[in-house]
Amino acid sequence: MSISEKDVLRIAHLARVRVAPDELEHYREGLSGILSLVAQMHECDTEGVEPMAHPQDIQLRLREDEITEADQRTAMQESAPLVEAGLYLVPRVIE
Amino acid sequence: MFHEHSLIALRDLLRRREVSSTELTRHCLDRIDGHRDLNAFITIDEAGAMAAATAADEKLARGEHGPLTGVPIAHKDIFCTKGMLTTCGSKMLGNFVSPYDATVVERLADAGSVLVGKTNMDEFAMGSSNETSFFGTVKNPWDRNCVPGGSSGGSAAAVVAGLIPGATGTDTGGSIRQPAAFCGLTGLKPSYGRVSRYGMIAFASSLDQGGPITRSAEDAALMLSCMAGFDPRDSTSMNQPAPDLSSMLNIDLNGLRLGLPKEFFDDSVQGDVLEQVRESLAVFEGLGATLVDVSLPNSAAGIPCYYVIAPAEASSNLSRFDGVRFGHRSQEAGDLLDLYENSRAEGFGEEVKRRILIGTYALSAGYYDAYYLKAQKIRRVIAQDFATAFEHCDVIVGPTSPTTAFPIGEKTKDPVAMYLNDIFTNTVNLAGLPGLSIPSGFDAAGLPVGLQLIGRFMDEASLLGAAHQLQRETDWHQRVPPGF
Repeated sequence: MSISEKDVLRIAHLARVRVAPDELEHYREGLSGILSLVAQMHECDTEGVEPMAHPQDIQLRLREDEITEADQRTAMQESAPLVEAGLYLVPRVIE
Repeated sequence: MFHEHSLIALRDLLRRREVSSTELTRHCLDRIDGHRDLNAFITIDEAGAMAAATAADEKLARGEHGPLTGVPIAHKDIFCTKGMLTTCGSKMLGNFVSPYDATVVERLADAGSVLVGKTNMDEFAMGSSNETSFFGTVKNPWDRNCVPGGSSGGSAAAVVAGLIPGATGTDTGGSIRQPAAFCGLTGLKPSYGRVSRYGMIAFASSLDQGGPITRSAEDAALMLSCMAGFDPRDSTSMNQPAPDLSSMLNIDLNGLRLGLPKEFFDDSVQGDVLEQVRESLAVFEGLGATLVDVSLPNSAAGIPCYYVIAPAEASSNLSRFDGVRFGHRSQEAGDLLDLYENSRAEGFGEEVKRRILIGTYALSAGYYDAYYLKAQKIRRVIAQDFATAFEHCDVIVGPTSPTTAFPIGEKTKDPVAMYLNDIFTNTVNLAGLPGLSIPSGFDAAGLPVGLQLIGRFMDEASLLGAAHQLQRETDWHQRVPPGF
């Protein structure tokens, strides 16, 4: 199953991963190979079968809506690339 | 020599004060240093380890015996360790120091173990050979031209080389069991929800499980008992306490039904692998077990199903690596989109990018039903196949991997060739069941063969018990690679 370079660029944009022009064919080929493998899924009959998201069909646990976490911003931001006044700095977003 | 002892034997020597933790830890650190060519470790914390060993000796002197007091171990570099690098084998986290410990790290520390460092792994746990790590390939101590298996290759190489008596791994499609098989070790993937995933960097959240890689079922039982148990911080943690598996190993195999799926015993498996597996089956029969033919008719569908679900979940989990809050940030960033796209392109290796792209595709509009939903239906079919098989047997057995350890570089050109390593292991993750790989002889080239045991949900006890009984009758698990 083959996909196009255009498809690869579209997916790369959705995934926010830059694929350089000189890498495009390599990834296109690799992804096409995986999709050919994945196409084998159609050999398995799943008529009337419900999708299974959790290996034991378990529902997520609920708890009381109470505050249980403390403010740990300083500790969490120690591994940040660029912070100032407790805020994460990024290139300008709004002109 | 200390590195010839099992983890339990070392624990007991420490308790009897016949060796100190300081001495033992020093010995491990020296051996790690003497075998750096294996590339099994990413980070070694000598100062921290010796300080922890000293503290452990003080406890032992006071008669305070935790389950693992003074025993040196290592964590796969996917478990967050406070104050020590956690890289996940990736440039993306090459500088990441976690502000907290994973639950697994906390629990093994509370049990008294001494952490010597973090082991090498395939990048973000994506791989079956430990060749995708940003920090280089790990060598198999049985043959340095061969892979140790992956993604927990560093942990496996370190344990079989006698650098440490036990290490943690994680398993999403086989990443504990297959390196255990390739290195002649005992590796356990617990039932889904048995071991907390809090602080265990996520690859595929519905498949990932942490577990022990050790030399024996006895050692694995001890480590798992320390690691397992309900954790409120993991929303998928099973509300069950950790079982005392060490006390459950002496099972009577009379009447135990071992199911042999015909799909696991065909000619897609290396010939001498099947021969060695049959040797173990003969031992089990000698101990009273009954062999039963079963079928897992959709097991081949596990590969395409897994290679949709796992990358899809990975594409979601790895979206957090955006250069903003932690990890690698690109210096080439004109605007925010550049920041995301370049940080991620620079930080992730090829296999990781490939899986993120496939996962994104499978989840995208127009393809979600044909890929992701279809895969989730196959998942249920596979789980049902196991349930049906378990009506006729108690433990399912077969080879862990279709081959023994392959040469470095042999499968890196074609991603799909690499994916086929998982054929017997990833259906177990899809169904959330426990799986154990134990040594079962060697192939004609002297490379270890792994036997896999698969159990009912939450039945690690049958797996470890059966394995322990086999290990009382055989000595494959005690063999050491030449030169180590």
